[in-house]
Amino acid sequence: MSADHLTGRSAVPSSTQGLAATGSPVTGDGDTRERGPVGGRAGKRASVLLLGLIVPTLILLAWHLSTASGFFRPSQLPSPVSVFAAAVDLIERGQLATHVLISTQRVLLGFLIGSLLGVVAGALLGLSRIADILLTPTVSALRAVPSLAWVPLLVLWIGINEDSKVTLITIGAFFPVFTTLYLGLRHVDRNLVEAARAFGLNGVRLLTTVQLPAVVPALFSGLRLALAQSWLFLVAAELIASSMGLGFLLIDSQQNGRVDRIILAIILLAVIGKTTDALLGIAERWAVRRWA
Amino acid sequence: MTAVLAPGSTQPHHKQALGVRFSGLGRSFGSSTDRRVVLRDVTVDVKPGEILAILGTSGCGKSTLLRAAAGLDVPDSGEVLIDGTPVRGIDERCAVAFQEPRLLPWHTLQANVAIGLPKSSSASAGKAKVLELLKLVGLDAFAKHRPREVSGGMAQRTSLARALARNPGVLLLDEPFGALDALTRIKMQDLLLDIHRAQPTTVLLVTHDVDEALQLADRILVLGRRDDDDPGSTVAELVPVPGTRPRSRNAADLGMLRSSLLSRLGVTGH
Repeated sequence: MSADHLTGRSAVPSSTQGLAATGSPVTGDGDTRERGPVGGRAGKRASVLLLGLIVPTLILLAWHLSTASGFFRPSQLPSPVSVFAAAVDLIERGQLATHVLISTQRVLLGFLIGSLLGVVAGALLGLSRIADILLTPTVSALRAVPSLAWVPLLVLWIGINEDSKVTLITIGAFFPVFTTLYLGLRHVDRNLVEAARAFGLNGVRLLTTVQLPAVVPALFSGLRLALAQSWLFLVAAELIASSMGLGFLLIDSQQNGRVDRIILAIILLAVIGKTTDALLGIAERWAVRRWA
Repeated sequence: MTAVLAPGSTQPHHKQALGVRFSGLGRSFGSSTDRRVVLRDVTVDVKPGEILAILGTSGCGKSTLLRAAAGLDVPDSGEVLIDGTPVRGIDERCAVAFQEPRLLPWHTLQANVAIGLPKSSSASAGKAKVLELLKLVGLDAFAKHRPREVSGGMAQRTSLARALARNPGVLLLDEPFGALDALTRIKMQDLLLDIHRAQPTTVLLVTHDVDEALQLADRILVLGRRDDDDPGSTVAELVPVPGTRPRSRNAADLGMLRSSLLSRLGVTGH
């Protein structure tokens, strides 16, 4: 196996070296000159991405060395290979996909409902003085409640099912969106609003022409916070009562002493959380370019 | 910049210039226990088509006076009449350009100018009007640019075009050139005179620059206290500016007037 591997590796570089010796430097040179700053920017982004991977790689290496050297016992910290094996095992049993999918579904549902409600409430309280005076004390008191305090009530009222979990995530997603939109609307540049009013804009037209576009960047940072909160609340909900999902995998593995699966679940949460955040980040960058 | 301004060209008809009358205008700010009178008993008649410069020290209520005419502020006493009818709320007959451009950053210059169009204008006529105005202020090549992609002077010209898009009977300018560098300011002043010659609307120009007032105005209204213990500003002086525009910046009679206006504003020895 290792001999095959070695010969395979030695064969590939020799062929690329051959290419490089003949035509590759010329085309490479022409390429950079032609692409100019665009290629430079893409190259910079790629190198930033690569630099960002240095620390995770070092951690992985340290993890591998500390377990391989016997510094940690496998019951304390299993090796990267055994965590990978645990993943393969769970995939073969058909459980990993279920855990990941149900968790993602709960997060997305809760996030969508929560941020939608957050947008509505934030717009209402941010734009209407009367709604602001009437409702803001109540809403900020509710925000002060530590979110896990809702769990017993949700379980009693809704029961241990999907709805109570999604509701908890909804609560978690609601407040960041509400708060950023509410504050954003309160702080829309008064000069811009006044200028628009001077040109006869009011009501819905003022809202859609000035106030909403002005808060789009703030709204997106609220959405990103809400998404992070959603994952937080997901794990809380699943740790407390569930039979599926990554939170369940965590608590179940704790009871069975499967540290490898616990680490697998943590890594999956990190990777999925980072991925969803990155997707939203792309949307945010587009929105900021468009509206700010 | 001025070539497109040939009188009698294909420009759509502007509403005729409208007269403005401030009648016993008073305005104070603050709570009932701590009231600060800013304006009291301001009565001025501005003739249709006239350029009136409003001069005064900082905080004397120049902008408040202008905002009352625009309907952006409600006076405590007295009223503003435009063409004989009182201003109630935002007035369609006025258009304002502020000291800052106040453009919407997410719109192109073209879309920003279009904000100024009267509600009644049709889409195609409106678009043509916007493009014509951008050409008038020399920004037709920048129609699709965003405000942050152009200089401060260009943004201010866009703001002026937005005000003109309204076909205003009264053009209200609140220190529109105050934040510009000296060269750009002179160019903008010339542009304003060109526009006024082609479309003689009534202009109220708030400024703290005596030379600007002397260059542009038919008459200069100095706002200030008549006595030091006066509670608020009122008409301290209302003087016609001699000579026809464009005026030489070095004329002797303007020099005399400049000295007297400056001393009126508390600056002596110039």
